[in-house]
Amino acid sequence: MLTQTVIMLVTGVLAGALGSILGLGGGIIVTPVLTVFMGLDIKYAVGASIIAVIATSSGSAIAFLKDDVLNLRVAMFLEIFTTLGALLGAIMAGFFHATVLYFLFGALLIFQAWNMWKKLHQTKADTMVQTPDPLATRLELNGQYYDKQAQKTVPYYLEHVPGGAAVMFGAGIASGLLGIGSGAFKVMAMDGVMKMPLKVSSATSNLMMGVTAAASATVYFFNGTIKPTIAVPMALGIVVGSTIGSHVMQYLPAKMIRKIFIPVVLLMALQLIYKGMVVFN
Amino acid sequence: MNNPVQNHKQAETDLAKMEQVIGQIMRIGVGLAILAMLIGMGLLLFKPTQAQATFPTQLTLIWHGLWQWQPMAWMMLGLFILIMTPVLRVIVSIIAFAKIHDHLYTIITTVVLIILFVAIAYGYYSK
Repeated sequence: MLTQTVIMLVTGVLAGALGSILGLGGGIIVTPVLTVFMGLDIKYAVGASIIAVIATSSGSAIAFLKDDVLNLRVAMFLEIFTTLGALLGAIMAGFFHATVLYFLFGALLIFQAWNMWKKLHQTKADTMVQTPDPLATRLELNGQYYDKQAQKTVPYYLEHVPGGAAVMFGAGIASGLLGIGSGAFKVMAMDGVMKMPLKVSSATSNLMMGVTAAASATVYFFNGTIKPTIAVPMALGIVVGSTIGSHVMQYLPAKMIRKIFIPVVLLMALQLIYKGMVVFN
Repeated sequence: MNNPVQNHKQAETDLAKMEQVIGQIMRIGVGLAILAMLIGMGLLLFKPTQAQATFPTQLTLIWHGLWQWQPMAWMMLGLFILIMTPVLRVIVSIIAFAKIHDHLYTIITTVVLIILFVAIAYGYYSK
């Protein structure tokens, strides 16, 4: 009992730190630890990882809001699409098996890893949009943040708002239908499609994740899928980890965050494809 | 004050201030969740056999359990508060955007809250 509590605490600290730096839910660490190493029923692992998402989101949001790293308008505008997608995904889950989608989303993540790798090897590290996009301007989505690593205020302009919104809708469907943390797709929409700086994308993704997860978490809470002896020590660890991670992230070079991102996203892609193959057989 | 650029800058500073307030409220929410969870974990040290007990999943049962200092009830309360923190953040954001007279985003955020409530209700009644 005590060993289990300590393992959950430590897992939580690691998952919270990594999740808050990358803008992911931390399920990538929590789920394998619970199912593979601790032999826990997948049902309780799903419940615990949804708590992991919310704890990472709320734990890191405190620092990201205080330091004005995230973009609240972008978060709120795109949440329309993630919440709608998640609702639609949850309804669809009742009607058909999503085998094909595991492969589709897995392939999408590999594509994202490749995109990020390409960006890493560009001569200009992060090329930014210089002319304001009319739709982004009308929606007041452009902004600025203070980069603690570069020690300067970085203004930025967004583009391809409809494309970003479409990816967000897909991210919502993925989380509602497959129950996967859709943080990777959220970062892809903001950093890849809408050309928002990586740190702002990661921080904003962190904030958004909590809202997408809250609906499914209430369901799990009331049907007994969230086991307190597992979820509580993990949540405590995550709040500690995400508090550390959300401060550390601001001092890391964007290039380094990208370097950590690529193998993590690839691992997520493999997990998804593996899951798809298990369901398929 | 009629200069649009100046007005825009003013709105940005107002939003930054509002983000500070939302951050503070999130801190209180997460703090309360941690407090309830720590009380639950502390109680569990005194009643270790309770770890095998079934845990309450109905709000009324959790409420009664709190008064009997049941470790599981306090832990579930902490988890429930934690799950509610993102919802709280959306509600506070609506008030924040309304306060700085950003009508577009007051509407957008309200739409998000409505979708969120529909999703919670759908999940709750179709489980």
